[in-house]
Amino acid sequence: MTNTLHRYSEHYAFERPPNPQPVQDDFIVFAMASRGINDDDLVARYRAFLRLALKHNPVNMGDATKGGMLRPRQDLNPKAHWKRDQRPNPEEVVAGIDGHTTVAAVFDNYQDMKAFVDDVRSANLGISVNISAPIEDAERCCRETGITRHSVEYSLGFSGRVEKLPDSTVLELTTMCGHGMVSANFAKKMIDWSKENRRSPAELARTMARFCSCGVFNISRAERILDEARMKNR
Amino acid sequence: MKIDHDKCVACGNCLPICPMGAIYIDPSVNRARINSDECVECFTCYRGMSKEHLNPTLVRAIRKTAQFFRFRFDPEPDICPTDALVPEELSWPRVVRRAFSDPQVPHESTGIHGRGTAEVKTNDVTHRVKEGEAGFVVEFGRPGIGARFRDIDRVTRALAELGVEFESNNPVTSLMLDPSRGVIRPEILDEKVLSAIVEIKTRLEDVPSVLKKIKELSRELATVVSLGVSTRCGNAGEDRLSEILEREGYPTYRGKTNLGLGRVTVVHD
Repeated sequence: MTNTLHRYSEHYAFERPPNPQPVQDDFIVFAMASRGINDDDLVARYRAFLRLALKHNPVNMGDATKGGMLRPRQDLNPKAHWKRDQRPNPEEVVAGIDGHTTVAAVFDNYQDMKAFVDDVRSANLGISVNISAPIEDAERCCRETGITRHSVEYSLGFSGRVEKLPDSTVLELTTMCGHGMVSANFAKKMIDWSKENRRSPAELARTMARFCSCGVFNISRAERILDEARMKNR
Repeated sequence: MKIDHDKCVACGNCLPICPMGAIYIDPSVNRARINSDECVECFTCYRGMSKEHLNPTLVRAIRKTAQFFRFRFDPEPDICPTDALVPEELSWPRVVRRAFSDPQVPHESTGIHGRGTAEVKTNDVTHRVKEGEAGFVVEFGRPGIGARFRDIDRVTRALAELGVEFESNNPVTSLMLDPSRGVIRPEILDEKVLSAIVEIKTRLEDVPSVLKKIKELSRELATVVSLGVSTRCGNAGEDRLSEILEREGYPTYRGKTNLGLGRVTVVHD
């Protein structure tokens, strides 16, 4: 789940603005068992984790070995071009867990994330649980739920040949799949389609989410970015 | 990965899907082709695209008719209409491309999916990074640029000279001939991957010098580097690392917080 660490925002711009906009709609909580330490009965524990998440309106959920709530289909017929099933399928995620993996739930607001973390703490599942979010929000969540942070990992952003990177709007979209399954060229295409009104931002965000193979792509944030991008000049 | 030219209808849907931009329409045959040197075997095209299994002859005829009248067909952008993408059997050393690029393939060395690393995600039960220590996660090629092992080898050799400790339970370390010198197997140096993570550990007081070295080295590479640094918090949840990072001018806005909810539950005989 390093794949959730480097999600781009103004805070990581190469020329940082003095007051970058806080990211208030992107919170991930994920769970991971360790081999030979706490992986007994791990399928039941992972399922319990995701079932708890479902009570708090996650915008995506995933199993790193199978995918998220929206997945590609191998059996489409031409009607899909006019009437595509865009409904997320969280039950497929829960039922599909069958062994070692990492499971994650994505929230688009702090309150839902905090309520979920509180439930996870009470459930005492025994597996490692992490929040991937702005550090201050994670710290506040710990304080409000009576948790003492064990470890922290900071994203320090990007260096090297950064001139090869795409523009900031594209980066905001593509870095929501840290494994790089959502390509920059595809993100550019989706932004153009949003500008041209060929599909709605909601449809485009769902199309992108199908490529994220562990379900950490934030569909709600992507929809907002694609909507805002309509009026921006890249 | 390859494209079956008997099935491909040159619709172009797979072109922007490829994270490496390795797919193009070859005008000499009017079919999509993959530049195999740039392809990192991430399987994004094969697994990420939905499929229709339509008859290629019929689809080509419809496309030609629409093209003749200059009609713009507006198909779903993530569908391969004829299931034309075909995975190839990979052998050494090309197989490392998929191991480091396809997140659904677990790394043999660690048994972990994704990029094969655990870092501080499980630090509450593994205790890999202790108080007073810093764990570095140096990821080459991310976001979306890709990296060759030749670049990674340059950095690991230079870091080894600083006396850092490479994490033994890490896929890149498992490909080193000599971890004490950071030397990566020569036969894989030209292989390109979507990204690869090098993990090292130092004392907290060495963080500024290691950061400086990585920044210097990254300027000489043909790719980008994403950098993460972690530490074990104190008894009250405080951490000394953020202060160091801020003093060095690094952003510390986002990160991962291990909640310490893990515990040992497996009973060993």
